[in-house]
Amino acid sequence: MAAAAPPAHGPPHVVPARVPDSIVPLRGLPIVGVVFALLIVAIASDKLWPLEFFHVAAGALWTGIDLFLGLVLGPILGSMAVPSRIELTRRLMPKLALIMPVLVTCTLAAGWQLGLHLGTVDSAYMNHDWIVASYIVVGVMAVIALAVLEPANIAVLFELRKENPNGMVIGKLMKRFIYTAGITGVMQIATLVIMTKVAIG
Amino acid sequence: MTEQRQPPIIQLGVASMVLIVAAGITLVSHLPNAVPLAVPWILLAASAAALVANAFLLTRIEGFAWARFTTVAKWTLAAYTVTAGMLEYTFIRNHTSGGPLVVLTLSLVVYAINVPVLVAYTVAHYVPED
Repeated sequence: MAAAAPPAHGPPHVVPARVPDSIVPLRGLPIVGVVFALLIVAIASDKLWPLEFFHVAAGALWTGIDLFLGLVLGPILGSMAVPSRIELTRRLMPKLALIMPVLVTCTLAAGWQLGLHLGTVDSAYMNHDWIVASYIVVGVMAVIALAVLEPANIAVLFELRKENPNGMVIGKLMKRFIYTAGITGVMQIATLVIMTKVAIG
Repeated sequence: MTEQRQPPIIQLGVASMVLIVAAGITLVSHLPNAVPLAVPWILLAASAAALVANAFLLTRIEGFAWARFTTVAKWTLAAYTVTAGMLEYTFIRNHTSGGPLVVLTLSLVVYAINVPVLVAYTVAHYVPED
């Protein structure tokens, strides 16, 4: 019996991610500038459509990304081998470090202006309790994201810039990232419940 | 990574953030009616006190990676000043004024300092060397 022929191609070759020159992708900064400029125009104009667009589009992306990270990608990341986890982290985290604060700022700034425009932030509004509940949910998510998740994310990025990243440090910080992403993911379900309730009046 | 016991910088930072968020929620949940400012002021003062306590504790850490801390804090402060500025703009745009504006502005200042301190401390603590 003939020996099995070697495969025409070897195992897929994994190209390690290049160590970036900066912690956040600098190419994205002009886009952030344009988005913020448009946000200022939307708030200054106080027109319903641009405000609705910024609040709903940024809010939907924020919610969707949080849910995906917390409930889908987080558990997958937690079960991956450390080298694979490092590869994914090195590619994903710099982008998230730029995207998430922009989405959060757009959602909140446009949301506040929209609330004033529609009268939903007025304390006399019929669903005021729901609006206050949304403040609390956003507040809790903000504390978790800004005080725990974001610092861990940035520290991982610094560790990954080393020639020989310390797997123990990355593992410890990533565990923090995965748990907090899970919590904010679950809290985003509360956001969906509140916002759909407010939308129907 | 240093294994020696560290002061509760993260815990105090989280407490400061919780207090400042509570101050903001208390305040904006009353708008546009007259806002009782006593509770927001107390929460803001407590949050600022936690921030000052954190700064003091930071100076007491032996062998702390100040160079790394300063680099990270500087850039993070720049980024969070922009986001705080956007939120401040929405308040000013809508004629928030007087006591409520002062409390909201100071709350945003504490927020814009607190986040860089937490990010920079975490980086300097876990990834101290260049």
